[in-house]
Amino acid sequence: MCGIAGLIHRGKSSNVGSELQGMLQALKHRGEDSTGYALYGDTDGKNFIMRFKVGENVGEGSSSVMEDVSVYDERKKIVDETLAEMGAKVVKEERTLPYSLRYEIDYDTKDLLDFSQRIESIPGVEILSMGKSLEVIKDLGNAKMVCDRYSLDKVVGTHAIGHARMATESGVDIKSAHPFWGYPFSDVSVVHNGQLTNYWNNRRVLENKGMRFMSECDSELIAVYIAEKMRHGATLEEGMKESLTGLDGVFTYFVATKDSLGMAKDTMAAKPLVLYESDDLVAMGSEEIAIRSVLPQEIDTYDPFDGEVKVWQI
Amino acid sequence: MANLKTVSKKSKAQSMGMHTEVLTGRTQQKFFNPDEAENFYYFGTYDVDFNKRTELDVKDMTAPEANKEIDNLMSQGYGTIVIKNPQGKHSLGVGILNKLNLIFEGSLGYFGMGSCDGPIVRINGRVGWSCAENLMAGKVVIEKNAGSCFGAAIRGGDLICKGSVGARTGIDMKGGTIIIGGDAGAFTGFMMQRGRIIILGDVGINLGDSMYDGTIFVGGEIGSYGSDAVDSELTSSDQDWLKRKLKVAEIGENFDVSKMKKIVAGKKLWNYDNLEPTEKKGAI
Repeated sequence: MCGIAGLIHRGKSSNVGSELQGMLQALKHRGEDSTGYALYGDTDGKNFIMRFKVGENVGEGSSSVMEDVSVYDERKKIVDETLAEMGAKVVKEERTLPYSLRYEIDYDTKDLLDFSQRIESIPGVEILSMGKSLEVIKDLGNAKMVCDRYSLDKVVGTHAIGHARMATESGVDIKSAHPFWGYPFSDVSVVHNGQLTNYWNNRRVLENKGMRFMSECDSELIAVYIAEKMRHGATLEEGMKESLTGLDGVFTYFVATKDSLGMAKDTMAAKPLVLYESDDLVAMGSEEIAIRSVLPQEIDTYDPFDGEVKVWQI
Repeated sequence: MANLKTVSKKSKAQSMGMHTEVLTGRTQQKFFNPDEAENFYYFGTYDVDFNKRTELDVKDMTAPEANKEIDNLMSQGYGTIVIKNPQGKHSLGVGILNKLNLIFEGSLGYFGMGSCDGPIVRINGRVGWSCAENLMAGKVVIEKNAGSCFGAAIRGGDLICKGSVGARTGIDMKGGTIIIGGDAGAFTGFMMQRGRIIILGDVGINLGDSMYDGTIFVGGEIGSYGSDAVDSELTSSDQDWLKRKLKVAEIGENFDVSKMKKIVAGKKLWNYDNLEPTEKKGAI
């Protein structure tokens, strides 16, 4: 089933970590195999923030194979060496969990493709996000568990999207959890509720064009599909509109960039979405109760129609 | 208005345009007999007094707790109940089987007022997916917007949304009337079998897709027609009925119903007859 939620504050920052946690926790009945956050925090914009994993969560319910923690240390060491070889200086390093790391990197590049390919050529290493304000945090469990594990409730920023997942067609693991980073674009993330039926056809085409897939989760296709469109000059909104015919199946998805948030709904309107829009805040989710967690007072909400694409700026 | 007295071959309901098919064969429908009224008992109902009014704040209640408390209040004879702070909770007000004035001061989530038979409900906010699913009788009025599958499979009653509704409104409906003050999404009237839908605004693609019977009236633009949905002539009795219905619904009282489009089933997709599969096999 899965639940998605997102919000964007226009003209101000807010405690988006705590707000998104409330929204996703309200949707936990739609799936709590894993929960993911894409948070666009307030930063000085100088350094890249790279969230990456060197292993999987092998806790209860996980479909991943247990590995020795020493393997994680070895992978981290190779990442550090590779970064040094590329001239990327690690300014700040955090290791929240043995398999999950956050680096602030001083690195001057506009092309993250080569950078990402080198890092991800290290076996067992996956970049969860790369950007100057985006941080993707995803792990097994419901929204509160993941929020507590990574201390996300104090993150201040302008916008965020998130996902509560019921695993149906791929494993219960971090690599299949949402949000997906719009590799190799800085600060692009995607969450999706639904099912794509032309996943393999599209994947083969995109892989032939040099795009990368890290999981077998159909939702990852949306991130890669839009990233590929943007790579060829399309705007976010143009890429999303093309996806309405390029992607087959039922879907409602959100895409966020460093300064915008967008939603798209398939032409059959088969997946739910409730939207609240005001001058200073847009909040949306699979169910109204998600919005009510941040706006308990009486508000006007609506369901976007079939084939609708909307994009908001901060 | 059809002259019911001079129409011999059609039933009253058919003469009024509520459905057009001619039913044959056995029926399991049991008609209400006033002589047997003394022995009539409808499980789960109460004698309520509409003048006996109370309020119920459901802010800190789960949906089952709230529904149980509504039932408890009805058992005490309360005929008018005002629900405070519904806050988008799912499945509120489901399974009410008797006359009741129910007012929600706020919005409902999914499946609100499902499987009801008789209450008069006013919702001062919005409703989520599948509002009033399987409604048998009564009236549900929504002051703002509604989600998809609005009035799915209703059998009777009036379901009114003063705002706009999502996709698949009236899917599989088998009777009753749905009235939309604003726009409606894709697949409105999908596989409807009887009853009527009125949309004052625009409607999305695939209107009336695979409808068996029933009627859809549209005041605005139509995105596209679904399979087997065709235009039909808007008669004077249709216009009389529309005016009356809109007045009762408290929306579009000044709406020019003469310009509305009437859509019915083309019946080209009908793929059934009066024979059961085993009988059909024998006939072949």
